[in-house]
Amino acid sequence: MKHFSSSTEYQPVIGFEIHIELATKSKMFSPAPNDPDEKTPNRNIDEIVTAQPGTLPVANKEAIRLAAMVGLALDCTIDEWSKFDRKHYFYPDLPKGYQISQYDQPISKDGHLDVIIGGRVKRIGITRAHLEEDAGKNIHPEGLPYSLVDYNRAGCALLEIVTEPDIESGEEARVFLQELRNIVRYLGASDCDMEKGTMRVEPNISVRKPGETGLPKYKVEVKNINSFKFAEAAINYEIARQTELLKEGKTPRQVTMGWNEGLGQTVEQRSKEEANDYRYFPEPDLPVLQFTKEYLDDLRSHLPELPAAKRGRFKSEYGMDDATVENLINWKELNFYFEDVVSEIDEWFNQEKGLDRAQLIKQAANWCLQDFSAMLNAKLINPREAMVTPENFAELTKLISQGKISGSAAKTVFKTMFEHGGEPLAIIDDLGLHQVSDENAIEQAIDKVIAANEKAVADFKAGQEKSFGFLVGQTMKELKGKGNPQIINQLLRKKLPRAV
Amino acid sequence: MAEEHAYKSLTELRKDLDAKKISSVELAEYFLARIKKSDLNAFITVCEEEALAQAKIADNYIASPGENPFLCGIPYAAKDLFCAAGTRTTAASKILDNYVAPYDSTVIGKLKDQKAVLLGKTNLDQFAHGSSGETSAYGATKNPWDKTRMPGGSSSGSAAAVAAGLAPWATATETGGSIRVPASFCGISGWKPTYGRVSRYGVIAMGSSLDSIGAVAYSVEDLAHIAELTSGRDEKDSTTGRDEVPGYAKNLSADIKGMTIGIPKEYFVDGMEAGVRQRVMDAIKELEKLGAKVKEVHLPNTKYGSLVYAIVCPSEVSSNLARYDGIRYGHVTKQAGNLLEVYEKSRAEGFGDEAKRRVLTGTYVLSAGYYDAYYKKAQKVRRLIVNEFADTFKNVDVLACPVAPSVAQKLGRAADDPLFGYITDQLNIPGSLAGLPALSVPCGFARPRDGETPSMDGLPVGLQIIGPQWGEQEIFNVGYAYQQATDWHKKHPGSD
Repeated sequence: MKHFSSSTEYQPVIGFEIHIELATKSKMFSPAPNDPDEKTPNRNIDEIVTAQPGTLPVANKEAIRLAAMVGLALDCTIDEWSKFDRKHYFYPDLPKGYQISQYDQPISKDGHLDVIIGGRVKRIGITRAHLEEDAGKNIHPEGLPYSLVDYNRAGCALLEIVTEPDIESGEEARVFLQELRNIVRYLGASDCDMEKGTMRVEPNISVRKPGETGLPKYKVEVKNINSFKFAEAAINYEIARQTELLKEGKTPRQVTMGWNEGLGQTVEQRSKEEANDYRYFPEPDLPVLQFTKEYLDDLRSHLPELPAAKRGRFKSEYGMDDATVENLINWKELNFYFEDVVSEIDEWFNQEKGLDRAQLIKQAANWCLQDFSAMLNAKLINPREAMVTPENFAELTKLISQGKISGSAAKTVFKTMFEHGGEPLAIIDDLGLHQVSDENAIEQAIDKVIAANEKAVADFKAGQEKSFGFLVGQTMKELKGKGNPQIINQLLRKKLPRAV
Repeated sequence: MAEEHAYKSLTELRKDLDAKKISSVELAEYFLARIKKSDLNAFITVCEEEALAQAKIADNYIASPGENPFLCGIPYAAKDLFCAAGTRTTAASKILDNYVAPYDSTVIGKLKDQKAVLLGKTNLDQFAHGSSGETSAYGATKNPWDKTRMPGGSSSGSAAAVAAGLAPWATATETGGSIRVPASFCGISGWKPTYGRVSRYGVIAMGSSLDSIGAVAYSVEDLAHIAELTSGRDEKDSTTGRDEVPGYAKNLSADIKGMTIGIPKEYFVDGMEAGVRQRVMDAIKELEKLGAKVKEVHLPNTKYGSLVYAIVCPSEVSSNLARYDGIRYGHVTKQAGNLLEVYEKSRAEGFGDEAKRRVLTGTYVLSAGYYDAYYKKAQKVRRLIVNEFADTFKNVDVLACPVAPSVAQKLGRAADDPLFGYITDQLNIPGSLAGLPALSVPCGFARPRDGETPSMDGLPVGLQIIGPQWGEQEIFNVGYAYQQATDWHKKHPGSD
């Protein structure tokens, strides 16, 4: 791998084209199912998807709604009208010989997204977000003299988001992409899965020479990026590569690169020789889209709490640290689950006295991010698919903080709830995991232990601290492992005052 | 001699079937036999087995108690642009020679619901590109009045089949005259609907912003019935209108007293055959006699119609024909060495000359840098034409004028008379660009310019009646009134 020297005076100029496959039931212009998980080729097709003669598109209202929601969430302008256009080119995965897209009147434009980079707010401009249909996939079986086409993905609803060239580093790019993905996920507009290809990102990267203003005269597009980590790496690699060329007095060529993870570098893809002329013209089969004020107001009123607002609330209301907040924000399903656990905690808090709400919520957050996350990840499922309900989750949290169960016993109870469901108290009863916090019972046990272990008591009194540990262990044994360790400690110290 | 069923009205056929005077199977057999005997080349595909099967189902339905749908058991023919599931659909082009549609067009679906009986798929100008009926990859259709002459196109086979009594009616389509012209040349009635009145879903597209899905039949009354049953909002065609479909047939009225009929001065041009002009003027006098007021109107933007069409139509054609690429269906070249050659050779071998001409023109005018100069400007002029018609219809109920400047010409001779095509376009295209409904109704006979006349009277002449947007009822009433007062629509080739 080649290494490049880093530079401070050269300024990277980065913009993105991002394709997001919208989570609609059917395709953008046909009733055929939209299912990115379908494995059997050419199952999700119909006469419209395969462009049979005489077929006509019908715009998917849900896709339009989701696109408008994303536009609103990105503070875009949504004009009163929008239209579809035909973009022409020949390729086997494009059944009609044209893609229905939006050329000069996209659904939304002129928006922005604020992200926090190193504690400071950075505003990334959103140039436009428009609707279009996806293409199918060409498959080239190895060693065979033909290619195959799978039209399952053809015609699926895509939202293409184009940003302003406001991004200046790989890190900014990664944070921007994460925040955009969070927003789209919180809107329920897409699962934005880079591996599945429901989110595809293509950065355009160039570097401005010191003292230069305006956009550089070239840009390098990078394709084949299937994670945010790779996006960051590819951008950093390109910045270094281009800076080096500029320092040598050369201008990088305008090319399309691909990210090669194995090599850890970008690799030039076949550069397209001639400029494409897509012969855009307004799609005559689809009427102009009209957006009334009432429609947009209704959408606005249905916007969910977006990540930025949620982040602020978690910090101010729950007093969480940045890392906990980010971890809870970045997994939407866990976040929603956590919020449900919090509502259940509030129920308890209103019913029972002596509970510390903030402490309970923090404890719930930790359980969510540790044991629960680990179990979910091991099973590759989402919180809603687990057997443990938010109600039981909250109750277990409460029982722990009330000292009714030890931390280690709680892990056993949680595992049982995760695998089989059930209420924590019933499980504690079944497994006999009640923690003895009753001071009388503990005192009786201590007395027995003191009477039976004169030597250890004497050693401790003589200053041997490790004998104390032995006595705690014996007391715990006497209580069949269910004693509350804090109370045992406390009472034992009281019973065995050190000779001073 | 067995009873003749050709040339009966749809109402008569309905009565005969309901009264069990004849069965649907017998009717289908009757027309299939006529088709077999005909040498007009009106059909590309005859659906003999399917037709008899459909007729049998219709007979069973008729035998069961209850009312029968109006078209139940009545045979019809469909222009070979209409997809019908399991039926070969070629658009008269070699590129779709082996294409069997996997689904029903909305209109065919509606007719199936009616239990109408599809006899076969009729010939047309390839992809509907033409107005003579001669550009079909399956050979020219002949005019039943004179087999040395063209039937007009592009709905050539539908018009010739109905005129020759091979089917009681037929579906047809128009982009710029393709129903009116052949109806006029073949002496039958043709309806070009308001754009969006009838679903385009499943009808192979030519110019998407212009295509109208209509029919040809023996009378305006028959057309009103067909219009009622084929019109309406279709969720599969976003350009269909949402208005409810009026009872066109039930509402038919021959009382046109007080209606105002506009005579557009620009539609009676020099170069028109004197006989044609005379027959149309006679027809207008007849309408006046029936109580209509006649008023001269001006449509000066009419002259730009052909120019606008020459840009808009090929643009849409070039785009709509992109799907015929040899990848998923249709003709695939055997000569390709790579992907580019699959496209180039499949399309070169499959498309006819006119399709290629339009693809080239459309590709050119939509190219970067030309779009604004051509397509965008053409759409602006189109708006002017739309507005001009709308203003005119504030003062008149319908317009009356000729369909074509001549009667049917000799086969192979259209190119000899470029003015013919030019004037025909002027008479038909402005209304198409404005999406207006129109009729062609037979209004007499005139001797052709070339003097060769098959009979003493000459060849059929069509009167054009143009209505405002969604004004189907107005044009049907005027046409119906005219046909109640005249019997030109009852003349058939060889009938006298």
